[in-house]
Amino acid sequence: MAEALHALMADTGTAPRGPRHLLRLAPVLTVAAFAVPIACGLVGTLMPAFGYLPAIGGDRWSLDPWRVLRDAPGFSTSLQLTLVVGWASTLLSVLLALAVAGFLHHRAGAKRLGSWLAPLLAMPHSALAIGFAFLILPSGWLVRWVSPGLTGWTIPPDVGTVGAASGWPLIAALVMKETPFLLLMILGALNQVRAAAQIAAARAMGYGPVMAWFKVVLPQVYPQIRLPIYAVLAFSLSVVDVAIILGPGNPPTLAVQAVRWFTDPDTTRYFPAAAAATLLLGVVLASIGAWWLAECMAQPLFRRWMERGVRGGVVTPAAGVGAVVGAVLALLAVMSMLGMLLWSVAEPWRYPDAFPPGLTLDTWTRQSGQLAGPAWTTLLVGVASTVLALVLTLACLENESLTPGPARRTAPAVAAVSAVSASVWLLYLPLLVPQIAFLFGLQVLLIRIGLDATTSAVVWAHLVFVLPYLFLSLAEPWRAFDTRYARAAASLGASPWRVFWRVKLPILLKPLLIASAVAFAISVGQYLPTLFAGAGRVATLTTEAVTLSAGADRRVIGTWTALQALFPLLAYLLATTAPRLVHGHRKGLA
Amino acid sequence: MNAPQALRLEAVSIRLHGRTLVGPLDAVIAPGECLTLMGPSGCGKSTLLNYLAGTLPTVFEAGGRVGVGEVNLTLLPPERRGVGILFQDDLLFPHLSVGGNLAFAMPAAVRASSERRARIEAALAECGLEGMAHRDPATLSGGQRARVALMRTLLALPRVLLLDEPFNKLDSQLRGEFRDFVFGHARRHGLPTVLVTHDEADAQAAGGSTIILGAE
Repeated sequence: MAEALHALMADTGTAPRGPRHLLRLAPVLTVAAFAVPIACGLVGTLMPAFGYLPAIGGDRWSLDPWRVLRDAPGFSTSLQLTLVVGWASTLLSVLLALAVAGFLHHRAGAKRLGSWLAPLLAMPHSALAIGFAFLILPSGWLVRWVSPGLTGWTIPPDVGTVGAASGWPLIAALVMKETPFLLLMILGALNQVRAAAQIAAARAMGYGPVMAWFKVVLPQVYPQIRLPIYAVLAFSLSVVDVAIILGPGNPPTLAVQAVRWFTDPDTTRYFPAAAAATLLLGVVLASIGAWWLAECMAQPLFRRWMERGVRGGVVTPAAGVGAVVGAVLALLAVMSMLGMLLWSVAEPWRYPDAFPPGLTLDTWTRQSGQLAGPAWTTLLVGVASTVLALVLTLACLENESLTPGPARRTAPAVAAVSAVSASVWLLYLPLLVPQIAFLFGLQVLLIRIGLDATTSAVVWAHLVFVLPYLFLSLAEPWRAFDTRYARAAASLGASPWRVFWRVKLPILLKPLLIASAVAFAISVGQYLPTLFAGAGRVATLTTEAVTLSAGADRRVIGTWTALQALFPLLAYLLATTAPRLVHGHRKGLA
Repeated sequence: MNAPQALRLEAVSIRLHGRTLVGPLDAVIAPGECLTLMGPSGCGKSTLLNYLAGTLPTVFEAGGRVGVGEVNLTLLPPERRGVGILFQDDLLFPHLSVGGNLAFAMPAAVRASSERRARIEAALAECGLEGMAHRDPATLSGGQRARVALMRTLLALPRVLLLDEPFNKLDSQLRGEFRDFVFGHARRHGLPTVLVTHDEADAQAAGGSTIILGAE
């Protein structure tokens, strides 16, 4: 449709004006769909942080909420914990992702890495966190394997793992989840750099493959993974569900503390909660600023290192170590997933047995009544927010390809990159602002307009996070579409609609379905937006699993998290197999 | 399609940022004849083809009239111009079978599915690919794909044929064969043809007049 319609406008001016005008609205609508709730939500959180929320008696501006926050027991520990967890997990994730990418790029199988990472990425954070808890608890799977044979522990040892005050299980789980995300981002960025040829040139000059990657490829790739890194930093500083499951309880991280106060029946707690949420926003912004400063300072050092011509050094062995650590973490993640699946079908499984005495579907049958409702809601909200996001994204991308630009013709790749950089900051907004900093304000707004605690409100809140992921994963393949196919079809007499439905959509079916699966997985994993927009009354698999993680029977939790993890996996499976069913193994479709 | 008619370019000119890129150009290309456009890269050859096809980006300003018989093509959207194009790449749709690509091109006015199948088979036979309707285009050789691309273009019953360096990516032996194949069909169907090329041999094979663009 793009090129054909576009040309229509260009040459004749006799185009049907309706659809074109509707399309022109798409970018505005799309940005509004996520920017309006965030902006309103931020304001709605900022005001009670300074004492103003007439609905619950706050009719005077004051700094009291900040004093209450400062004097709350454990406040400074909580702030420190937040910073340590956020920075440590981000630094480790970035280093590991770089090490694995540098270590693997020239080895066989590196190409398939992406398809291995995707299922791991599709796992909801909370499901992985719960599975990881099952693994590392003193009575968890790891201890059971070596007890009492090696350890002599006939009862679970009295050591703190889950909930440790240092926050290491929380950091480990975040690294497990963020490293594959950053790796996928690096792999995506590599497509835009002529990496293989440049590495070959560097190797001809005597650089080892790992060294060549770090000195030649990384500097070109980094600008494109900068925003994802900032998003990881923001997420790790403000994560709630994983911190509830794995983090220390007293005091918890700042974000968890804010949620506790926000969900307290005592409404005066909203004020310090809003102050904590606002403080967290400040912490995130300051941290991103600090990271950026560090980038600036590291750049000349890095350049000097590149230009010194050193071929050896610690980088290659360090990358090897990083790759091993990455492999161990991947193994732990897989075991976490398998563990919870095993728990869900286990007969009563007592310490210290390494495996359950038998397998049964009893827990599933007993839980099926409770599971059905939330499972249905999860599916409904996931599909609705994905479809909405898909329609908006497609309208934006089609509108973009209709908009003429001289650069588009001469150098599509360059034009695509500059178009991306302009809008991409905006798209990253929902991933850079801590959820807690605007969800309370959004809830206040939803109550105002009478939408709170409805499924539509939850769909909207999910859309805020689903939209950027869907847009970011679909934009690149869509922009890379060879428009000559559309021109060829038009020259064969196909109308713009026909070109869109019969040529462009089928050719781009695979990336479209994969982007939709990513979006669906994002929706399934949402905890806090569901909690707030649903006012705690819209239950999904994720909200229930997080609630249950506090103390229910592990076999029961196993069913919830297994189902929660199964949904995105099935969506991903469908997305990768459906194009083959539709197109019957056409080789020309990559 | 009615009886073949000539393609007339009348005072066609294309400007970019106020600078004249092409023209003003006048030409009459009779049915079955071929006009060859040559010239250095960037001289506006492909821009002119885009203009004829109706896919000229809006940054260009174009003027003049392009007519086939009584029809002024510039007033029509690309899909109603009846301007068939062969590109440098065959651009067979990767998601459709060989037969599906041909069926995509055939006007819906051909209703009966037996008739459609027959035309597809006839087209395939014409290019030496009998019985290959169900093949995946990606499994054909380069020469076969090029021929299917031409048959696809012809099945759409164009009024005019544009050739955007379609012989460039073929090796020299195939190149000669496919060139004869294309010009043979263009003459048989009485299509006014415009060829863009860098290659003198292409221009000679085309047999018509040649315009060198970008020459002072």
